[in-house]
Amino acid sequence: MDLGKDLVAASATPLVLAILAEGESYGYAIIKRVSELSGGHLQWTDGMLYPVLHRLERHGLVASKWGSSESGRRRKYYRLTKEGRTQLEAERKRWQVVDQTLHRIWMKARLV
Amino acid sequence: MSAEPANTALEEQIGQWRAYLRRRRAIDGPDIEELETHLRDQMGVLTQAGLVDDEAFLVAVKRMGSLDALSREFAREHSERLWKQLVIAPDGDAASSTVTRTETLVVFALAVAAALAIKIPALFGLKLGGGGDEPFYARNAGLFVLPFLTGYFVWKRRMDPRQWVWLAIPFIAAVVIVNTFPFTRGSDTEVLSALHLPIALWLVVGIAYVGGRWFAGDGRMDFVRFSGELFIYYVLIALGGGVLTAFTMMMFTAIGLKPDWIAQDWLIPCGAMGAVLVGSWLVEAKQSVIENMAPVLTRLFTPLFTILLLVFLATMAWTGRPIDIQRNVLIAFDLLLALVLGLVLYSASARDPQRPPNLFDGLQLLLIVSALVVDAVALAAISSRISEFGFTPNRVAALGENLLLLVNLAWSAWLSAAFLRRRKSFRALEAWQTAYLPVFAIWAAIVVVLFPPLFAYA
Repeated sequence: MDLGKDLVAASATPLVLAILAEGESYGYAIIKRVSELSGGHLQWTDGMLYPVLHRLERHGLVASKWGSSESGRRRKYYRLTKEGRTQLEAERKRWQVVDQTLHRIWMKARLV
Repeated sequence: MSAEPANTALEEQIGQWRAYLRRRRAIDGPDIEELETHLRDQMGVLTQAGLVDDEAFLVAVKRMGSLDALSREFAREHSERLWKQLVIAPDGDAASSTVTRTETLVVFALAVAAALAIKIPALFGLKLGGGGDEPFYARNAGLFVLPFLTGYFVWKRRMDPRQWVWLAIPFIAAVVIVNTFPFTRGSDTEVLSALHLPIALWLVVGIAYVGGRWFAGDGRMDFVRFSGELFIYYVLIALGGGVLTAFTMMMFTAIGLKPDWIAQDWLIPCGAMGAVLVGSWLVEAKQSVIENMAPVLTRLFTPLFTILLLVFLATMAWTGRPIDIQRNVLIAFDLLLALVLGLVLYSASARDPQRPPNLFDGLQLLLIVSALVVDAVALAAISSRISEFGFTPNRVAALGENLLLLVNLAWSAWLSAAFLRRRKSFRALEAWQTAYLPVFAIWAAIVVVLFPPLFAYA
């Protein structure tokens, strides 16, 4: 399903933060998790995740460190910071408002 | 993991992909590494699912997204990377970074040497500024720093020791000449000699700059570019130095001390000398990093100076006022011609010789022609002055320079017109300009060497 650029961009931050709230992770795993969670409906262009991660890091919401992958290559791991957790909570509230609003109007539409 | 390093064809493909990424300025080394690990993870999963390496690579690259879109996203996040930083040390490559480190040390040592050189005469009681010994410093002005600059290029271009000797001779000769000539203190010949010596020696710097191969290739035009950029860097460094000096004065005055001597005896002279070396080094280092500034300024000022000259000519014709010939006026007109020449030279330095003539080339011809007319008027005034009052060193020097510039600009106008009518290529104009450069230096050398005895050191 094509979600459109704006919606993908808007949902990227809460998604990445929420996935990192499950524990430390890295780029490829995050993409895979998004795909899993959305049942394959949410497909990101892989490269685009990294600028998002870098932005979150610059804002202090996530922190990164270099580790190594199973094959021994250097890999950058990201984890949520305390501010990130606070931000995630705020994002969750915002999206709930949107979700509830849409939900209500659609429920009503179905009733009519 | 199924990504085996033994698979060279695949490694080559990944290497190519990496090279494409590296060309994007917004994506830096660690980012590429991060993306590459991602690519390999993706490929590992795909090959496990049954794809062969080639297919896995193609799919993984496709999923990564188009490079343009990717680098745009990176650029949005890392906008600072788009400003080319003047990094002195290149990234990675250990060998070249030791070279740069050595160069940094060499430049620093030469800059300190030049800064100290200007203080050596003070050890022998020749005080700079305030005292009566300024003529010594003025006469030797170029000699404090230019040998070091020449030395820098001799080192940088790895010149043959035999060539060093040839480069040293002009400097030694200059030291002997300007310090043994029995100048009348503050005489015209002394002032002229002080003004012309740096111009003559600049040619020696140029020969070192092109590594001794003055007549080969485009070296001379590169030297012209270098000179223009050095001038701009020097002005910038001087502005910074001015701020530093002002704060030094302000802060020490604030605690009741008189810091004039720090500024006058150390900060300004030593800074002025060292800055030549540091500026040259920066120009060398950034050559390929930043857009050259001199041609941009040229583009900006060519129309403005054309308008100035045309308005001036029109005003003179309208009011019928003659040029009042004095020394300052003579110098000013010489400078004007030199400036027009500089505008021509620097726009030539930045021009792609293959491009057909455009509006700017027409404008440039107009500038040259109007400068020629202004110069002819000035020249007529000088000659009438000479025939009325006879020869003086100043008048002859000004006359000579005027004639040299006149010849250069007249032929430039001819070539430029031929280029506009597509009779000649732009190369001809460029070749004429670079071939003419030594003429100025030789004339300057004549003024330094022959004028004082000819005019009895007066």
